[in-house]
Amino acid sequence: MLKDITLGQYFPGTTLAHRLDPRTKLIAVVCYIVGIFNCHSAWAYGLMVLTLIASARIAKVGAKALLRGLKPVLFIIAFTAVLNLFYTPGEVLWSWWVLTITREGVRTAIAMMARITLLITGTFLLTYTTSPIQLTDGLESLLNPLKKLRVPVHELAMMMSIALRFIPTLIEETDKIMSAQKARGADFESGGLVQRAKALIPLLVPLFVSAFRRADELATAMECRCYHGGEGRTKLHVLHYAARDYAVLALYLALAIGIIVLD
Amino acid sequence: MSTNIKTENLSFAYPGDEERQPTVALDGVTLEIERGSFVVVLGHNGSGKSTLAKTFNAVLLPSGGKVYVDGMDTGNEELLLEIRRRIGMVFQNPDNQIVANVVEEDVAFAPENLGVPTAEIRQRVDDALEAVGMTDFTLHAPHLLSGGQKQRIAIAGVLAMLPECIVLDEATAMLDPIGRREVLNVIEGLHREKDVTVVLITHHMNEAENADRVIVMDHGKVAMDGTPKQVFARADELKALGLTVPDTVALLRELRANGLDVPVDALTAEECADAIMKVYR
Repeated sequence: MLKDITLGQYFPGTTLAHRLDPRTKLIAVVCYIVGIFNCHSAWAYGLMVLTLIASARIAKVGAKALLRGLKPVLFIIAFTAVLNLFYTPGEVLWSWWVLTITREGVRTAIAMMARITLLITGTFLLTYTTSPIQLTDGLESLLNPLKKLRVPVHELAMMMSIALRFIPTLIEETDKIMSAQKARGADFESGGLVQRAKALIPLLVPLFVSAFRRADELATAMECRCYHGGEGRTKLHVLHYAARDYAVLALYLALAIGIIVLD
Repeated sequence: MSTNIKTENLSFAYPGDEERQPTVALDGVTLEIERGSFVVVLGHNGSGKSTLAKTFNAVLLPSGGKVYVDGMDTGNEELLLEIRRRIGMVFQNPDNQIVANVVEEDVAFAPENLGVPTAEIRQRVDDALEAVGMTDFTLHAPHLLSGGQKQRIAIAGVLAMLPECIVLDEATAMLDPIGRREVLNVIEGLHREKDVTVVLITHHMNEAENADRVIVMDHGKVAMDGTPKQVFARADELKALGLTVPDTVALLRELRANGLDVPVDALTAEECADAIMKVYR
């Protein structure tokens, strides 16, 4: 049951998209999102779709894999579309009882669907081609200037990477506790929502207790390996921009600025 | 040989609270651990053996007495990093000491903390992984490895600090027999080839057979201290402390009690077999 949980669905590869500096990809995604929210005309949306398809092609990510990422947000997309469809005032196209569809409603509904779909698939492309470690490294490096404002950037990045490291360990442990509780007659699968939620208590309590013990031991182990915060720390993998990074950055910046100015 | 770790009348008590009295874990321990030696510390649960290990690299500071690492007082805050670099510590649960989600990143953790230049980190990571025989797993995810492999990664992570001494705090306790053998082979290899001081804390008697020295702890005090042969010859005293002797010694004692003239200090399986064969020749 818990085996299917995957976080950060990274597909290892050696394409151009994989080799780009994570910072480039993060900035590119931000540019892309800015672009999406400034789209008004059909040609602008078309351009965004084309960009996405081209990027996916370069990353060798198939349409199927890309669309699979949409599954969990399908409901949100449908919900927003329906709301926009019925509640946008304007020129009435069709009306029945309290439901009215307007021309503007149809337009916003389609636009919203397109926006959310592009937004999700665009960010998925980032996580498909960037390992969680690279992402954390990239974020840490991009947010580095915030250190001057006393934002604990290194600590946040460290927390993120430790969290990622312990996800599989904790999932494994959850499975173990679940089996142990089932062997003692616990029932996780039947009953209503409330009953099921209650059944989780004997699972969560031992999990939390052990997570705290783990945290304590990990902290000691880290101290034993001379961890003393981000000060004076060096890196095994140092990020550096290559020519391809500048090219990609220029393209995406041009895209975002172009859309804002022209559309 | 010079001294690596020295304790002087070391005491430690875990602080109590309103309900409980402070627990005395170490009570006047005076020890010297020689550079390049292989020391096994034995003791039953609560004998203070793990507490002793944790005072070696200033994870715990003595509540009485002193601990010196290469002459440096562990109570000196400014020397903390250098002391911890010199005394590498490996713990019991392999999962709770691996920090990163790629093997090489985890091994690089300590040198990164020490501010070692990038090129040298690479070199140290490769060397450390080779020393524990895990080069093939450089880019693997640690959670998919076996217990023995994880523990070897943990050892590599400590080796990357280029320590003088490695302290293993029950590092084999959670492993299956194969994993335990893997880890012991690595440790024995490091001791033999790289001349690293090894302090192995354990309650598996058999792990003491190749040691230079065995220290037996009881109630926070050193109960016995000597070569494995000397210590295991005192089987009755060990039993009184809640400990057993290695299987080989137990067998020889049994045979001797039944009238066979064998020595009782043959520790390894080979020595034991030879000793028995000698009687029949």
